[in-house]
Amino acid sequence: MTTTTPTATADAELPRLRLDTPPLLVLPILALLALPLVGSFPTWVTLTVAGLAMGMMIFIMASGLTLVFGLMDVLNFGHGAFVSVGAFTATLVLLPMQGWMQADSVLLNLSALGLAIALAMLVTGALGWAFERIIVMPVYGQHLKQILITMGGMIVAEQMIHVVWGPDQIPLPLPTSFRGVILVGDAAVEKYRLIAVAVGLVVFAAMFLVLNRTKVGLLIRAGVENGEMVEALGYRIRRLFVGVFVAGSALAGLGGVLWGLYKETLTATMGGDIMVLVFIVIIIGGLGSVGGCFIGALLVALVANYTGFLAPKIALVSNILLMVAILLWRPQGLYPVAKR
Amino acid sequence: MSEPMLALAGVHTHIGQYHILQGVDLVVPRGELTVLLGRNGAGKTTTLRTIMGLWHASRGALLFDGNDVTRAATPDISCAGIAYVPENMGIFSDLTVRENLLLAARAGEPDTARLEWIFGFFPALKKFWNQAAGTLSGGQKQMLAIARAIVEPRKLLLVDEPTKGLAPAIIQSLITAFRELKAMETTILLVEQNFSFVKSLGDTVAVMDDGRIVHSGRMDELAEDRELQQKLLGLSLDTHQ
Ligand SMILES: Nc1ncnc2c1ncn2[C@@H]1O[C@H](COP(=O)(O)OP(=O)(O)OP(=O)(O)O)[C@@H](O)[C@H]1O
Ligand SMILES: [Mg+2]
Repeated sequence: MTTTTPTATADAELPRLRLDTPPLLVLPILALLALPLVGSFPTWVTLTVAGLAMGMMIFIMASGLTLVFGLMDVLNFGHGAFVSVGAFTATLVLLPMQGWMQADSVLLNLSALGLAIALAMLVTGALGWAFERIIVMPVYGQHLKQILITMGGMIVAEQMIHVVWGPDQIPLPLPTSFRGVILVGDAAVEKYRLIAVAVGLVVFAAMFLVLNRTKVGLLIRAGVENGEMVEALGYRIRRLFVGVFVAGSALAGLGGVLWGLYKETLTATMGGDIMVLVFIVIIIGGLGSVGGCFIGALLVALVANYTGFLAPKIALVSNILLMVAILLWRPQGLYPVAKR
Repeated sequence: MSEPMLALAGVHTHIGQYHILQGVDLVVPRGELTVLLGRNGAGKTTTLRTIMGLWHASRGALLFDGNDVTRAATPDISCAGIAYVPENMGIFSDLTVRENLLLAARAGEPDTARLEWIFGFFPALKKFWNQAAGTLSGGQKQMLAIARAIVEPRKLLLVDEPTKGLAPAIIQSLITAFRELKAMETTILLVEQNFSFVKSLGDTVAVMDDGRIVHSGRMDELAEDRELQQKLLGLSLDTHQ
């Protein structure tokens, strides 16, 4: 921890570098350990890419939530609603535009998808804004009420989806050019998984740049550590929080679209279902840490894929075991956020 | 005399069910350094937090530069011109020295000439410019906390026990910094327990006990009057340094 040291001399020795590498090493170590267990290299490649793709999607869904908690200690158990709503909203564009989606043109496919994603993020962002005002704001600082009322908000959102789209599953086929596999040596890698990895990397890079290179980003990181001091410097933490909440909701919507296309069917509870993993990820990562959330998401997804192949019976509990192991190693998560 | 920069009149502050400030009357004259002394638990920090709007007064009034700020929110108080160096320094440890100062400069990038002036008495900040603030030593963090409060000119500076736990060498550079600020006629309210540190810096002094101001006057009078010191501060404070 980096709390203040009470005694000190003027220019004491140059302190240690801040980049904390052990958590970064866990990923390659895990992947390398899995290789001999899986046995076949092509299978291992397929599993690893599948894990990375799933991890990226979980990261996109989780990143906003971890900042929402970090900035104002708000526990939002309704975050999954944005995932579901995002995916369903995308169908408003994708189903009428089946022509473009099924066309044999990357450009048309991408245009339809781009439109769908833009609409989904717009709607979930707006929904997030309303959710914050109506549901979250009245219960600032009261954790139990936050849990109850945000869960209630999610149930309402799921019911609204039933009202608008009916109670049945909705199919959401992938666009033509994203279907199929690419052969990497002997390993078959689904194209869509590579795309999901690419989108995840872009989102991570964008968040990294915003959080490190812009004043708003610095204020968010400062606010996660010490919101009172940010206010004492003259900035309104609530305004930052609303911005983060809206951006996080829109990202959850994006994650929902990606996740829906991955599963190719949508259910109203798809967001709520994935939330278990999302919460495990943000706890593993360290509440409030975007970098930790990124590593945590990849870890959780890789472990899920490896154990799903190696020992399907323990696959269900593997993430809980992973969380326990990580918390035994680092009780505050991989990247604990310094709190005042 | 011109109107004071800050005036607290009969301020009461409750924290939860505890009645901490019990009618504080305090005046901070313009362009002077006012020292607020008092033993542990007297309510000094609570007074500063109440001025910053981090606690709200349950009774009484706070007047800053002629405006009533009793009910104002912290960011508004800050923007009105009060800078705050809290007791725990409130450094953003994940951010670099540069980024900490960048956030404190509301007008954009910090002014280079002013930065050079600050580096003059806090050279360590220049040395560790791009280093995470969490890796600084306690003294360097205190320098950063003060630098953050003065990186842009403000009307009033609140500083809470800056010498706490620091070695004499660093205390010396803090004295230099406060002398520089005094030379620019900055208005400062400085909370301290280290009487020898503030004896030569303070213009006016107030002593607090049990949530009330029990003495206020000129610092030079108190500095000369051993008997009064004894009575107000006890021996523990004088031997504190
Ligand atoms: N958050 C809080 N909750 C309850 N009581 C508090 C809180 N903060 C301070 N107090 C109480 O208020 C009284 C005054 O505290 P304060 O921190 O203002 O004293 P201080 O003069 O700054 O002391 P010190 O010199 O030790 O910093 C103390 O009795 C303290 O226990
Ligand atoms: Mg104090």
